[in-house]
Amino acid sequence: MAETLAVRRLDRLGVVLVAGGIAATALMPFIYVKANRIAAGKPMLLMQLLPQPSVIILTVLLLLTAFATLFLRNAPARLAVATLCLAALIVAIGLVSTAATPPGSTVARMTPGGGFWVLFAVIGLVISDALVKIRLAPWMRVAALAAYTALLFISLSSGLLDSLSIMKEFSTRAPQFETEAISHLLLAFGSLAIAIVLGLPLGILCFWVPKLRAAVLQGLSLIQTIPSLALFGLLMLPLGYLATHVPLAAAIGIRGIGTAPALIALVLYSLLPIVANTVVGLQGVDPSVRDAAAGMGLTRLQILVGIDMPLAFPVILTGIRIVLVQAIGMVTIAALIGGGGFGIFIFQGLGQTAMDLVLLGAVPTVFFAFSSAVILDAVIDSIRGSAA
Amino acid sequence: MKLVVANLFRLAALALLLILLFRTEWLSFMLVPLTSNNAPAVYTQNSLASLAAGHLQLVIGSIVCSAVLAVVGGIFVTRESGADFLPLSRAIANAGQTFPPVAVLALAVPATGFGAMPTLIALFLYGLLPIFENTVAGLKQVSPQVLDAADGMGMNGTQRLLRVELPLALPLILEGLKVATVINIGTATIGSTVAAKGLGEVIIAGLISDNTAFILQGGLIVGLMAVLIYDAMGLVEAAITRRIGLRAA
Repeated sequence: MAETLAVRRLDRLGVVLVAGGIAATALMPFIYVKANRIAAGKPMLLMQLLPQPSVIILTVLLLLTAFATLFLRNAPARLAVATLCLAALIVAIGLVSTAATPPGSTVARMTPGGGFWVLFAVIGLVISDALVKIRLAPWMRVAALAAYTALLFISLSSGLLDSLSIMKEFSTRAPQFETEAISHLLLAFGSLAIAIVLGLPLGILCFWVPKLRAAVLQGLSLIQTIPSLALFGLLMLPLGYLATHVPLAAAIGIRGIGTAPALIALVLYSLLPIVANTVVGLQGVDPSVRDAAAGMGLTRLQILVGIDMPLAFPVILTGIRIVLVQAIGMVTIAALIGGGGFGIFIFQGLGQTAMDLVLLGAVPTVFFAFSSAVILDAVIDSIRGSAA
Repeated sequence: MKLVVANLFRLAALALLLILLFRTEWLSFMLVPLTSNNAPAVYTQNSLASLAAGHLQLVIGSIVCSAVLAVVGGIFVTRESGADFLPLSRAIANAGQTFPPVAVLALAVPATGFGAMPTLIALFLYGLLPIFENTVAGLKQVSPQVLDAADGMGMNGTQRLLRVELPLALPLILEGLKVATVINIGTATIGSTVAAKGLGEVIIAGLISDNTAFILQGGLIVGLMAVLIYDAMGLVEAAITRRIGLRAA
């Protein structure tokens, strides 16, 4: 009887996470030590690194986190332990790779191994599980995001991680990284802005004219099914034609490759979520509210601006969230047609089988998409919360 | 009338697709003007039909795997014994959506090397999310009264799941399957950057050699395939929901 109770108290999710973490630590290398960029790396397990003080601290914290994950029901305490452990993990990989780099060497590079990544993911999952269970208020989630981002930036700018190969790739490409970051965000937010300007009126029109609704929504969902690379490629044809035959188009920068087809394709993909959510949001407004407003003598436009739009706003914002996250991811593909953005690093890295370069493009993309999802979710939830 | 037009469109799209796949030279009047310097107008490195077959194999193989795992996982987290896993798996599914497919694809390469494998893994992982999320949503939306009624009729857990919950969740699950398939057709196109056999090869060959004719035929074939498959799945979905007595949403 007592035994079954003890088993019950074990967190089942915790068992899976801890088992995964232990397996990864025991079987997968924590770090690869490479003499240069193309040399095969020498794998080192976490246990082989134990003589180093930072690794001892990390191991103690890992054990503490495992214990907390298995037995501790108190979510804030788990969060604290896991966050500390995550910080120790980052510090340890930095110190270990600095220790393994021969002094003065510029070609030696240290790549985190599978063990590091699995531990990183497992601790991240423990943290996010604790965050989900605490049920943070919307703005607290943004604050948590800001806190973890600050942690990340402190560890990046402190020079602690400079011996890691991804940071070496970054330091040789810092100016290009900045340009690509700007063009990535410009493409994502620019297409979003254009899609909102086009999509909102179109959505309102579709709401007013039911006959138009089915046709527009079907047409737009047809566009969604076309693979992005195909759409980028197909748009190059008319735009290339336009550029060679209309001097004005070429003068304002419309060309077959580059930003123009990328921007147009992104706007086309973004229209459906915005138009559809505008229609759904407006349909969700209680007709009696609208009747009351009409009875008070408000014109159709006044009702739209004063009543319909504010009430439909959370749903429209949900559409905008979908679009933004989708666009940030899709811009990476635009790199294939010369559109710029972080995709440049990803495809360069694939071409040279340099995974650090792939990470240099993928990590910031995921970071931007994830942050914008968290922030917009918080905005949506706080509007919904204050309306209810 | 509307149905006739829709069917005409379907037939025309299918006919164009078949011509592009098997008799591309019939369209050379359209393709040749798009090339320069006597570049070939029709992609001949690999036959277009075999590339399309490879493309579909990647998509179907990955979708079957992700559908099985996602539906089983979705059922598991909505049972009492899996409740511990529900909050986190929902959070993961949500966060997973913020990963661009290219990133998943590129990061799978070091684990498996180039070729079909990283593409299959990326497609599999990426297909999990929409199916899982829709399975959970579909099972959660079954009203408690219906479940009570099922219990009252003396059904055990398995019977309740198979006869009541899953049929009621089916429209949403199918919707997830449709979304996953469309995403995967697109991602398989990018799979060609890691040397998977698929139609992206034609588009990328066109982009590299500045051959617009290649881009057009590659883009048209993938686009037509995606649209036709999406449409066909919609028809199947409507037929199934009608069959089990639920009106299509």
